[in-house]
Amino acid sequence: MLPVESAKKKLSFTRCIQDGDLVIVYERYDNMKAVKVCEGSVLENRFGVFKHSDWIGKQFGSKVFSSKGGFVYLLAPTPELWTLVLSHRTQILYIADISFVIMFLEIVPGCVVLESGTGSGSLTTSLARAVAPEGHVYTFDFHEQRAASAREDFEKTGISNTVTVGVRDIQGEGFPDEFSGRADSVFLDLPQPWLAIPSVEKMLKQDGIVCSFSPCIEQVQRASETLRSKFTDIRTFEILLRTYEVREGKMDSFQVEESGSVGSLPCKRRQRLSEGSNEQETTSASVVMARPCSEAKGHTGYLTFARLKCLS
Amino acid sequence: MSENKLHGDAVENPRLTWDGCSVLLDINDGDRLVFSRLSAGAKLKIGNKNCSLQPLIGCPFGSFFRVENGAQGPYLSRYTPSNEGNSIQEQGDCQSKDELRDNRALVDNNKAQSLTGDAINEMRRQGASGDEIVEALIANSATFEKKTLFSQEKYRLKKQKKYAPIVLLRRPFTRSICEAYLKKYPVRIGFLRMDTLCLLLSMANVSANSDVLVVDMVGGLLTGAVAERLGGTGYVCNTYPGGSPYPMDIARIFNFGEEICKRIVRSPLADLFSVQTEKSKVSSHNGDSCSMEIESNEQISSTAGTEEVSLASENMMSDLIPETTYSVERKSSKSAKLGEKAPHEIFSLWKENGFTSLIIAAPELDTWSLVKKILPLLSNSAPFAIYHQYLQPLATCMNNLQVGKMAVGLQISEPWLREYQVLPSRTHPCMQMNGFGGYILSGTKICTNN
Repeated sequence: MLPVESAKKKLSFTRCIQDGDLVIVYERYDNMKAVKVCEGSVLENRFGVFKHSDWIGKQFGSKVFSSKGGFVYLLAPTPELWTLVLSHRTQILYIADISFVIMFLEIVPGCVVLESGTGSGSLTTSLARAVAPEGHVYTFDFHEQRAASAREDFEKTGISNTVTVGVRDIQGEGFPDEFSGRADSVFLDLPQPWLAIPSVEKMLKQDGIVCSFSPCIEQVQRASETLRSKFTDIRTFEILLRTYEVREGKMDSFQVEESGSVGSLPCKRRQRLSEGSNEQETTSASVVMARPCSEAKGHTGYLTFARLKCLS
Repeated sequence: MSENKLHGDAVENPRLTWDGCSVLLDINDGDRLVFSRLSAGAKLKIGNKNCSLQPLIGCPFGSFFRVENGAQGPYLSRYTPSNEGNSIQEQGDCQSKDELRDNRALVDNNKAQSLTGDAINEMRRQGASGDEIVEALIANSATFEKKTLFSQEKYRLKKQKKYAPIVLLRRPFTRSICEAYLKKYPVRIGFLRMDTLCLLLSMANVSANSDVLVVDMVGGLLTGAVAERLGGTGYVCNTYPGGSPYPMDIARIFNFGEEICKRIVRSPLADLFSVQTEKSKVSSHNGDSCSMEIESNEQISSTAGTEEVSLASENMMSDLIPETTYSVERKSSKSAKLGEKAPHEIFSLWKENGFTSLIIAAPELDTWSLVKKILPLLSNSAPFAIYHQYLQPLATCMNNLQVGKMAVGLQISEPWLREYQVLPSRTHPCMQMNGFGGYILSGTKICTNN
């Protein structure tokens, strides 16, 4: 997924899909799937049967056809696409929260970042992109199986050189001592983040930043109170994304009659339109219109950021 | 886990300031934000005092400074704030007692304070510290004791800001630069909000080793933000239609080292299409970058003039002082050159491979005609993100991309950001918020030839 893992894998006009590549099979904006290309394998969906062997040698971004003539697009994976296709083992973070966290934590290439819990690895993948190539993400989950699945995923997406998954109860034990004073930023997505804060204080470099993600305001309240003694710039945000649908449509324009009579009855109008069909064509123009989608997320979580006070 | 190299961040992510370093000075907890370049000669006016920035050199980012009165006049002195935090949060227990107090007895007749301006000046002459003045003001306030704990705290803070201002030393990062500009000069960055900017970076998959094409009409903020993410790998190519490049001054505020600066290049759009011979490009190279240098300096001085005037709201002054305003000697060496013309060997690579990402923030160009022209420069399957303050140009562009089957995963989104005040028993959304962060059209380019 990251070009740093191998320069040869970088996206280009000459980079073709190879056996073993991870591709995102795109059916529709709301229907995608991650598939590992395997010479003898096939993909079956409602559009028919797709042979992987047909894909090999094609460019990323190609349209490929099934035996029945149905088609899908093959895209190169990115952390954003991965977030849409990964298997949910937990509630995950989405693009708006993810991108805000990375910017506010001031994560740049070379940073060392600690995360807990790993969950489904949605944020982790974006953290890895942000610290690569020299930096590293150390992520912890107390759930052994979940950690193992995350490891497999990171192997699959090709970021395992940048991410290390550990099994550990961060709320109970804190982060491992070996990271004391070495973390540029820390991200917490824990039910009781305040329990981990004393450990975060030890892990962070001076002036380093922590972010705690919590769905409930009571968690925010308690975490903020705990942060107050050693941190400054404590700020809490909520970020949401509103999406829009775009449609091109023809609209009949309404003609007020010469006489100016407002009572243009529907039947009268129809008559008029059918009579002068030439005129109708000129008055019904095609317009592109946009409106917010009615379905929207109302809340994801609160993001609380704080910076370790610089005391020495 | 210990086997892994814990890479230091020594070169590109330093924790101490140095002579010539670009810093963000946060005065009184965000009331005033000043970008400055540290040097022995650099000065900062705080209140009515001119202080040298020399004491800030070599200090860790995150340090606090206060104005002290010395033999040679006022100077900035580093101090360590108490670990207690500000008293109020620790006094949660007192709240029940506190609830008995309210403002029914408060009369706004300007007679509550018995300490006169002359008396304060006299204290100053005798070398009283800011904190001492604040204490004196409190002692002489007839109403202070009757205030609730919370309004006592507010009062103290207000006086502290006036008589004992605190300067906080910050690293300039995309986030702080964007936030500071939006607060004071939103027009210069096309009203680009920090959450919108970071969405652009994510949606365009900006990562190390990418070749990112940008159309940046937001003062260089976008170019700088991309370069920060590239960390001295890949390239960010700032392109422009027509003959003159867009200003990139804001990119100079970042503390980019030479490695990162080298990765910021510019190119006229026409050159990205043409298959000109390399020779003509090489010969024009030197003269060209010279004129660019002059141009950008002019840009700085002219905007500096207008910016000073537009400072308005009382204590929310954020003088985003372009670096030239202060010391002159700095100009010679410190800020590495960025925005050179793209070297021709890279041109041919881009032609062969295509760019891996595209970001457009060009409110003054027609979105669709620009995208139509520029999209073929992208690799297939490369993501793009386009910012606009208005919905219609993006809607039209999206529709055309859809009809032309040029991209998939098309989406227009609008971020909504709300900040909260979190205090014991007093948590609520902040009273003021920015209600509009602009629109983003994002998508992935697909092959058009099959």
